[in-house]
Amino acid sequence: MCLAIPSRIVKIDNEMATIDVDGVQREASLLLLEEPAVGDWVIVHAGFAIHKIDEAVAQETLQILRDAASIMDQIDK
Amino acid sequence: MAIKHTQEYRDPEIAAMLIGKIKQTSRKPFRLMEVCGTHTMAIFRHGIRQIIPEHISLLSGPGCPVCVTTQREIDTFIALSGIDNTIVATFGDLMRVPGTESSLENERACGKDIRMVYSTYDALNLARKIPDKKIIFLGVGFETTAPTIAASIVYARQQGIKNYFVHSSHKRVIPALSTLMEDEDVNIHGLILPGHVSVIIGMDAYRPVFDKYHLPCAVAGFEPVDILKGICSLVDQIESGHPMLENTYPRAVTAEGNKKAASIMEHVFENKDTAWRGLGMIPQSGLKLRDTFEAFDAQKVFAVEVPKSEEPRGCACGNVLKGAVTPPECPLYNKTCSPTSPVGPCMVSSEGTCSAYYRYHSNSL
Ligand code: SF4
Repeated sequence: MCLAIPSRIVKIDNEMATIDVDGVQREASLLLLEEPAVGDWVIVHAGFAIHKIDEAVAQETLQILRDAASIMDQIDK
Repeated sequence: MAIKHTQEYRDPEIAAMLIGKIKQTSRKPFRLMEVCGTHTMAIFRHGIRQIIPEHISLLSGPGCPVCVTTQREIDTFIALSGIDNTIVATFGDLMRVPGTESSLENERACGKDIRMVYSTYDALNLARKIPDKKIIFLGVGFETTAPTIAASIVYARQQGIKNYFVHSSHKRVIPALSTLMEDEDVNIHGLILPGHVSVIIGMDAYRPVFDKYHLPCAVAGFEPVDILKGICSLVDQIESGHPMLENTYPRAVTAEGNKKAASIMEHVFENKDTAWRGLGMIPQSGLKLRDTFEAFDAQKVFAVEVPKSEEPRGCACGNVLKGAVTPPECPLYNKTCSPTSPVGPCMVSSEGTCSAYYRYHSNSL
């Protein structure tokens, strides 16, 4: 029931948003989301956006993982 | 458009690094349980079982909402579809779950008006478009789904929609975790906690259970790197002997969760004792509509006679849901029970453990 792939808000009309899921457009309710904005990446569950992905945290996590991967790579060599 | 926040978490180099770390750190055999049907699907789909060391067993818990719905509730849903002048609206997964005598799919074939919807908005739209019919929405799911149902009830009231009703069979994950911890059949060393339930309830909600049982816990996301990160955290915790409550999915899960969703859920629902398939009656683990919303409460508005319920004979779903047996240990698995003719709910739902085993059978056994 969970759509694990994040979607991007492309349009907001009152409490409804048009979201883009990998090129496919759908409608999602924004009733459960605080301060939604066009361009936000959101997690959608059963037609409702339930969370905005935290971009800064997402980048930071990836950076840590990539650094760890490159260290492991160097040790292997 | 690239699938941002997804593609990066499928990076083979990062995955390889995490697998390397798991292999290096992990010494002793142990058993981890994922408590979320979406994790079960993702673990099978990405072949995670095959890439981690053999001595780490991954078990599925009671994380498939349709699967933990009791036979009695399924029979009640079927009975509701027999009320004159009603349309039963449901998420697709429930349609084929066998009740004692029938299923919603059977009833529909016999002419009952049962419609699959993608969200409660679709059900509300039905109510708006067909004002002379009563629309009964079957509310099944955990804390991720419950706020969406609550929002629909608030919306129905605001809009003056009077022919929309919800039968709430919602369940809460935290009380079920405590029950699992106390169950003698359950033998696990760490928990992979659900990603999207946690989006709503937040990390803090797990604190009381964690403080009581001190079992290693990691909230994880659904991409391969996310799941491996969760497993990596649990391996570290187990090997170091320092259980923690770790959030390995911080781009989506916060300490306090989604307060707006939690408050709308709180506004509409209150806790009640409820029975789970496999786990039995769990205090305060269900959600019912508050009295202030009783006009929308199908349990109060419609009285249906439900004949005596019986679980499918020989089906081991109850034990599958506790991780006490794996699907191939069920005598009916792949014999009389398969996705085309399912005996129990765990074979019906796409999130069910039996169905996941069946679909990925060849590479997982
Ligand atoms: S294989 Fe079928 S009968 Fe056996 S536990 Fe799973 S759903 Fe039930």
